[in-house]
Amino acid sequence: MSVSALETRPILPDLSKVPAVDEVGVDERVARFCSRSIKTTAKLEALKLALSMIDLTTLEGQDTPGKVRQLCQKAIHLHDAMPGLPQVAAVCVYPTMVGVARKALEGHDINVASVATAFPSGMAPLNVKLEDTRMAVAEGADEIDMVISRGAFLAGEYGFVFDEIAAIEEACGDAHLKVILETGELGTLDRVRRASVLSMHAGADFIKTSTGKIQPAATMQVTLVMLQAIRDYFRETGRRVGMKPAGGISNAKLAIHYLVMLKETLGNAWMTPERFRFGASSLANDLLMQLMKQSTGAYQSADYFSKD
Amino acid sequence: MATPENTLAFDGGWEYAPAPESTDHVEIDKRYGLFIGGDFVKPEKGRYFDTINPATEERLARIAEADAADVDRAVKAARKAFGPWSRMKAAERGKYVYRIARIIQERAREFAAIESLDGGKPIRESRDVDVPLAAAHFFYYAGWSDKLEYAFPGRKVKPLGVAGQVIPWNFPLLMAAWKLAPALACGNTVVLKPAETTPLTALKLAEVIADAGLPDGVVNIVTGAGETGAAVVEHPRVDKIAFTGSTAVGRVIQKALAGTRKKYTLELGGKAANVIFADAAIDQAVEGIVNGIFFNQGHVCCAGSRLFVQEAVADEVVEKLKDRMETLIVGDPLDKNTDIGAINSAAQLEKIESYLEIGRSEGGEMFQSSCTVPDTGYWCRPTIFTGVSQSNRVVQEEIFGPVLAIQTFRSYSEAIAKANNTPYGLSGGVWTDKGAKIFKMTQNVRAGVVWANTFNKFDPTSPFGGYKESGVGREGGLHGLDAYLSLEA
Repeated sequence: MSVSALETRPILPDLSKVPAVDEVGVDERVARFCSRSIKTTAKLEALKLALSMIDLTTLEGQDTPGKVRQLCQKAIHLHDAMPGLPQVAAVCVYPTMVGVARKALEGHDINVASVATAFPSGMAPLNVKLEDTRMAVAEGADEIDMVISRGAFLAGEYGFVFDEIAAIEEACGDAHLKVILETGELGTLDRVRRASVLSMHAGADFIKTSTGKIQPAATMQVTLVMLQAIRDYFRETGRRVGMKPAGGISNAKLAIHYLVMLKETLGNAWMTPERFRFGASSLANDLLMQLMKQSTGAYQSADYFSKD
Repeated sequence: MATPENTLAFDGGWEYAPAPESTDHVEIDKRYGLFIGGDFVKPEKGRYFDTINPATEERLARIAEADAADVDRAVKAARKAFGPWSRMKAAERGKYVYRIARIIQERAREFAAIESLDGGKPIRESRDVDVPLAAAHFFYYAGWSDKLEYAFPGRKVKPLGVAGQVIPWNFPLLMAAWKLAPALACGNTVVLKPAETTPLTALKLAEVIADAGLPDGVVNIVTGAGETGAAVVEHPRVDKIAFTGSTAVGRVIQKALAGTRKKYTLELGGKAANVIFADAAIDQAVEGIVNGIFFNQGHVCCAGSRLFVQEAVADEVVEKLKDRMETLIVGDPLDKNTDIGAINSAAQLEKIESYLEIGRSEGGEMFQSSCTVPDTGYWCRPTIFTGVSQSNRVVQEEIFGPVLAIQTFRSYSEAIAKANNTPYGLSGGVWTDKGAKIFKMTQNVRAGVVWANTFNKFDPTSPFGGYKESGVGREGGLHGLDAYLSLEA
């Protein structure tokens, strides 16, 4: 190995130095974000911002090329009845559907994100995970959402998890890497914080709460802890890691609470789809309904918004 | 360390639009009399003073000024009511106290809005803390009314008579509730004197008391400044004095009461130590620092105004605290997003500003958040001093504003020694991930309340009160009953 390779090689930090997390205190802080009152212009702006941060997602065993094409159509035409809407950030699919999505989104500035590394369980050897990742990238994925090996992490094999993320990061090439911690399986906020620190040091461009296949998925509590880890990492290294809560954020009100939390924890530099995403499928339509309500003053029936 | 490359930016970008609490439902009379014997009556000398909105400097109402003759009328009304009230079946008495609690809950929005208008505190706090806690105190003590003998087994309990109660401007309704609820539950009658800058919610409470059907004269409310308070304290037919306020006034009261048979409780100033150990959950501790010192503009006797941070994490804590201060919204108390409202009065603002000057002139390094504040009204941005020591006045004296003095410590024993090196002893805080350290701290900090991994938490079941110059006696909980009863064998 050359000297320069040694210099850039990520190093597992001492996780015993990661600060403790007090769950009661986290709950209180979250309650305070939720008590912010977001009205009129601030609400309109937030709804549009949230829309632009969505990774429109379908991750089902029964996904078909047709279903994926429909989702891409939805991503391009969110609600044409309403002019001036932003686009979603990405469409998120399984690796076998990346080619379909790539083609359907051709000519549009919407990224294709693919889950990889034996999603959602991650129960496969590294060579299979690497192949999974390379295949998704080769098919045209701009972003890779990998899962960490929770079993190894819970067993305290931090070096193993760290090396795995670093290897996948390398396999991603130019594609951005989102590292899914699957916080619903980590059990404590202390572990969430450690897993966040580990993932960022291993090269994550984003850290992400959940696969959506395990309950609880994203909560404001775990997201806050991850945002605080991102802030500390930024303080230490100057690198801005993104955040993606995924699963369970299905209405506009909750999405706005998340934006309040984001703004008050990380500030303006993170208030962009470059650094914050919602992994969600039904959130988009609720945001659209609220946006229509803001402009017309009345709620429309859900049947006026396309479901794909 | 913070550098331009790794600094967070909180200003600009997405801003919260104004979200003002409506005041359409709020009724404030142009003029308020004294509440004596169940009616609002004119003051004998016909003198009135203004109560103003500290956020706008506009007058809200004219308030009667009670002199010694008015106070005498109030005490006579209370004396007259004492007999029947104290002999009333205890369960019946409890019902009245419950009724007060229920009506406060029903009128919570109105009380919250008036508290913010008159006192300057953010509506978020008056709505979520002051008003619900006030109702909770009445509920809690209502339950004790018919169980007093179980509270003090083997003793005969008797009410004291007429209680004179003088309360401060920082939690006007809540302090009225702290004082009235146990007094009434124990069968006493009351003459209450609210603070001159914040009389409105106490006068609204008089309406509630009338609506609840309490017999005339059981609660009397006399408004005015220091002289009115002195008339209550010195009145010979008052049996018990309860005072919350400054240590300076507390001293005067204690002198006035020396040699009399009056029982008294004094809840006075504080300069609480909030101690952060290196193993604490740092982000939550930073939140606790904010709640400790910036809650209610720092107008809190138990505020965590002296911060001690273990040196290994001191830089980190101060940096994070500064970031957090940048996100605090200072302004219109009625805006639901306001974190820090108006300073209660021009006089208090002047006092706080004089301490900012003292802090700087004594060599402290001052940091204030960069927010803008309105042009009219009384405002102080959240402020911290670093580079200060136990010898600095901003460390020693109670500022009663959003001003925090930060020191570092190395060892546990140093933290204890410095925490206790103050004439006050009202409250304290300890932040650590180790249970053993919590117990060690709480046993050795000489303060009435010590919070662990939280701060400024209040509950009617918990006794509250100070050591040393922070006061005498306890309010709240079972202990709070003691102050309003004579216990005989």
